[in-house]
Amino acid sequence: MSKPSKKFDNDPSTTGHSWDGIEEFNNPLPRWWLWTFYACIIWGIGYTIAYPAWPGIKGATTGMLGWSTRANVAADIQSAEDKLAPINAKLEAAELTQISADAELGPYATSAGSAVFKTWCAQCHGSGAAGAKGYPNLLDNDWLWGGDIENIYLTVKHGIRNEEDDDARYSEMPAFGDDYLEDSAIDAVANYVMSLSGDPKDASVVAAGAEVFAEDCASCHMEDGTGDRDQGAPNLADAIWLYGGDYDTIVETVTYSRYGVMPSWGNRLSEAQVRAVSAYVHQLGGGE
Amino acid sequence: MAILDKHKILETNATLLLVFSFLVVTIGGIVQIAPLFWLENTIEEVEGMRPYTPLEMTGREIYIREGCYVCHSQMIRPMRDEVERYGHYSLAAESKWDHPFQWGSKRTGPDLARVGGRYSDEWHIDHMRNPQSVVPESVMPKYGFLEKKKIDGKYIGDLLKANAIVGVPYTEDMIASAQADFAAQADPDSDYDGLLERYGDNVNVRNFDGNPGVSELDALIAYMQMLGTLVDFSTFTPDASR
Repeated sequence: MSKPSKKFDNDPSTTGHSWDGIEEFNNPLPRWWLWTFYACIIWGIGYTIAYPAWPGIKGATTGMLGWSTRANVAADIQSAEDKLAPINAKLEAAELTQISADAELGPYATSAGSAVFKTWCAQCHGSGAAGAKGYPNLLDNDWLWGGDIENIYLTVKHGIRNEEDDDARYSEMPAFGDDYLEDSAIDAVANYVMSLSGDPKDASVVAAGAEVFAEDCASCHMEDGTGDRDQGAPNLADAIWLYGGDYDTIVETVTYSRYGVMPSWGNRLSEAQVRAVSAYVHQLGGGE
Repeated sequence: MAILDKHKILETNATLLLVFSFLVVTIGGIVQIAPLFWLENTIEEVEGMRPYTPLEMTGREIYIREGCYVCHSQMIRPMRDEVERYGHYSLAAESKWDHPFQWGSKRTGPDLARVGGRYSDEWHIDHMRNPQSVVPESVMPKYGFLEKKKIDGKYIGDLLKANAIVGVPYTEDMIASAQADFAAQADPDSDYDGLLERYGDNVNVRNFDGNPGVSELDALIAYMQMLGTLVDFSTFTPDASR
């Protein structure tokens, strides 16, 4: 180490290091900063004693305050559930048909159901419940499986054609294009189906289509095409279409069939939530 | 302090500096890594976990390739709002066989840790072709090209083998029949008993994309429909000290 050198009288002293003649001034940190720094270290040690921190071989220290992320979230959920427990119990005990008329349960079920709907249902049925191609509009009064609250409840709870719930609603339309119907028969029946909802079509083709319909379709969609809710067979005579009512779409439906699936919500949502969202959907406009 | 004055010996002697640096890094490494082999509460015992089927594994590769993790996380945090929106908070055990895990760190789209079974296959097809057709406010790009790309799982056995090397419990049998299982899962008319025997009953066997053959979309939907559904939460008791 070379001798500390000062160029000017008011220069601070140097640290004493010298490397190839380069030296460093000794400018210590302000005292207030240094003591704050030491205080933070002491605080940090206290913090690791109070909260889970130090790792060991088989686990970490649990901390003196007993803080736990999982216990916190469980307590959070529990406290919210406790607040709603009395009214949820009432909702679960009520007759489904009586919910909307009840001065207390009606508004509660509607607003709770609206929250459930926006979280779990809106992705398919739309945030306004107007549906999309393949996902039914819940605002109108055209229902596949029934629009009274009991049926809505069953649909929500068990879903449709899913594999996870044995009580899911089930039916399967055959794919008539699979070597079963001739292209000409499919063309005729598509024309007939379009004529059912008032679309004027060639009478001779319609007559041929009516025969095919009576033979192959009427057992589910009924002779007049008004459908059968027991097997989720849509009404074909009302000009409301789930997949589309133009010629090409109907031919596609008859040829390949449709197989709309809805998940079962009974195993994801609580009974009160299922009832609330059923009541919400029921009051949207089409409820029966 | 005397010991600090001696650092000049280290700083002027490169070999010695290297040796001591290595020593320090080794100690740091041991302190951090060694406990992971004994920690009892990091990965708790759960029932139902199984390795991904070859088709799901392929879907996972596509998920990574397309960068889905850039916008979607797979990690439900233990907070009430997350649990109420997405389902039970994620457990370490659920991603213990993920190499690499897909926890993600950004949510432009929703968390996907429990997306399995939440939507129908048909919805996933519609959503991949045109996300805005089902969720008008979505900013997700279209992934319709996935259903056009047919895949045969030619190298899926190798991928399973690579995962087995890093600790995923794939058996010889699983690796040997990987390509057959790959095709069987996307074809409900196939003989898929072997697939169920190897991986368990909680394997979805369906024609996920609705078209004959196996497309990338089949694989991706098979992967997503499995996400978060493996652990049996009816037999799970959370360790409160976490």
